[in-house]
Amino acid sequence: MAEKNLTPEQFVDKVMAEKNLTPEQFVDKFKDEFKTNIKDVKIKRRAAGSKKNETASIWMKVDKSAFKKVIEHLCKLQFPHLAVASGNDLGKTIELIYHFTVNFGKRMEEINLHISVELPKSKPEIETICDWIPGALITEREKMEMLGVKIIGIPDDRRCFLPDDFPKDVYPWRRDEKGLEKLYKNLHEVKK
Amino acid sequence: MSPKATTKTTYHIPVGPIHPALKEPVLFEFEIDGERIVDVDVKLGHVHRAVEWASRKRNPIQILYLAERICGICSYCHPAAFALAVEDAADIVIPERAEYLRVIQGEWERVTSHILWAGVAAHEIGFDTVLFLTWQIRERALDLTEFLTGNRITKGIIMIGGIRRDITADMLPRIQKDLDYFKECYGKLGKIFLEDKTIKLRSQGVGILEKEDALKLCAVGPTTRASGVKKDVRVDTSYFAYGDLDINCITPADLTGTITGDVYDRIIQRLLEVKQSIDLIEQCVDKMPGGDIVAEPKIAKLLNQLKKVNGEGVGRHEAPRGEVIHYVKLDGNDAPFTWKVRAPTYNNILPWIPMLKGEQIADIPIVAASTDPCMSCTNRVGIVKDGNKYELTKEQLHKMCVEKTRRLM
Repeated sequence: MAEKNLTPEQFVDKVMAEKNLTPEQFVDKFKDEFKTNIKDVKIKRRAAGSKKNETASIWMKVDKSAFKKVIEHLCKLQFPHLAVASGNDLGKTIELIYHFTVNFGKRMEEINLHISVELPKSKPEIETICDWIPGALITEREKMEMLGVKIIGIPDDRRCFLPDDFPKDVYPWRRDEKGLEKLYKNLHEVKK
Repeated sequence: MSPKATTKTTYHIPVGPIHPALKEPVLFEFEIDGERIVDVDVKLGHVHRAVEWASRKRNPIQILYLAERICGICSYCHPAAFALAVEDAADIVIPERAEYLRVIQGEWERVTSHILWAGVAAHEIGFDTVLFLTWQIRERALDLTEFLTGNRITKGIIMIGGIRRDITADMLPRIQKDLDYFKECYGKLGKIFLEDKTIKLRSQGVGILEKEDALKLCAVGPTTRASGVKKDVRVDTSYFAYGDLDINCITPADLTGTITGDVYDRIIQRLLEVKQSIDLIEQCVDKMPGGDIVAEPKIAKLLNQLKKVNGEGVGRHEAPRGEVIHYVKLDGNDAPFTWKVRAPTYNNILPWIPMLKGEQIADIPIVAASTDPCMSCTNRVGIVKDGNKYELTKEQLHKMCVEKTRRLM
């Protein structure tokens, strides 16, 4: 659980009182701490409406070895909102992208933070972040069943969306031999 | 939340997949001690329809119409979030007038959805006269939707780079007339929901979600705001024309001064949001600039432009139930490489567990309904199975819930 030693009230006070960092300051905080483990940092601003107010998005690639530490660092910096984790099958690797938002609660100061991590297909394993962000459970379960990623230390490893009689070792989001190709060509065989 | 061995003093009740509160399938497994709920487990996936997989053979314009069919009530939010994601990836600049028109459509959908929810909530506690009243009002809302978009449910209004229909000056009197009617209804509904003794008895102090849990479990939308977390995509970021408008993040404290995070607060939250949406539509009608309504009217040219894009984008929109987020990766082919949909109910599943623990069996329908769950949005690939133990059917459960109201009266 995040910030174990805080009482619920202290936790809420801390999250709410957090002072806002600009996107550049955010990136610097991570670069100082993790140096070369963080790559391809992009800050993208998009304007909208007549007044052209902007909202910033930060994209960064994190090395697998530093991933858990990065999440820990983020939670200590400011407890984020995890929207969802999405995934791509990139051929030799599987990419997970965790979509966070920080600085919410203040008018147009929210920053989108997309942290991506690549896992080799030979060993698609990553540590759970449920101990820091309990709300990550459903999205982590989805990644396990849809992409065949092993989440180490997940508190609940059952399937979430796929039915219990769905074949093992078939992962719908994969684009290789473990994908759906075999199944949908022979739909009549899958259904008993 | 893994299934625990049942001890002698407690017993198991599976509720669902044919449904406890709403008209969509989800399976709850309750561990019950007498009348009290000790533990809850939620199983999903009964209406998973593989929408993301279906997108692999479609181009972005075709996906707009597929996204619309994810959910009947949020038939604007999903294509809107998808369009935002594609525009983000392809750096398309949207004409100013289209941004305002998009806000009007989005807010109108919120009004329609919240009124529908008010009726369902009333029905769950056996207050069926209010169900008929609210759905009568909703009928009028759907008529206006038809007037604005040409359709009642799947609106087919949004386009990548803009919107498909303009609102002309001769349409404004009708819109204003309907908005006035809704302001009147708002007063009436407010009185029914906030002052009625029975509704208060059934909703105050029931299904509490603490602020800390709302933050940690990443709840979204009215569910999290009713617990006091100020999180609203419309306020926090600048997208569509929301950056130009005068908008504040509403919590139940604006009306009552305190936040308890119970079912009653979630009712207040949604009522206040209806008022806010009507106000936003009026602001948009006032401030709307002239000009084009779509960045690239020629579809073939637009598709060609999108085919050259190599990149990824994220679109976020505040749907009636909370933040909806779409991730799109374009790789230079007709169809996007990846499309990930995250509907608001997906994040509001885990908060059910702290809400339901310690409550009575008869409170299940109203507590579950209070987050306004939308299972079709959350599950997008389907097969129905499971169940055969002693089940409490939806009718039995609904009956228990109604009986509790009668006892209290």
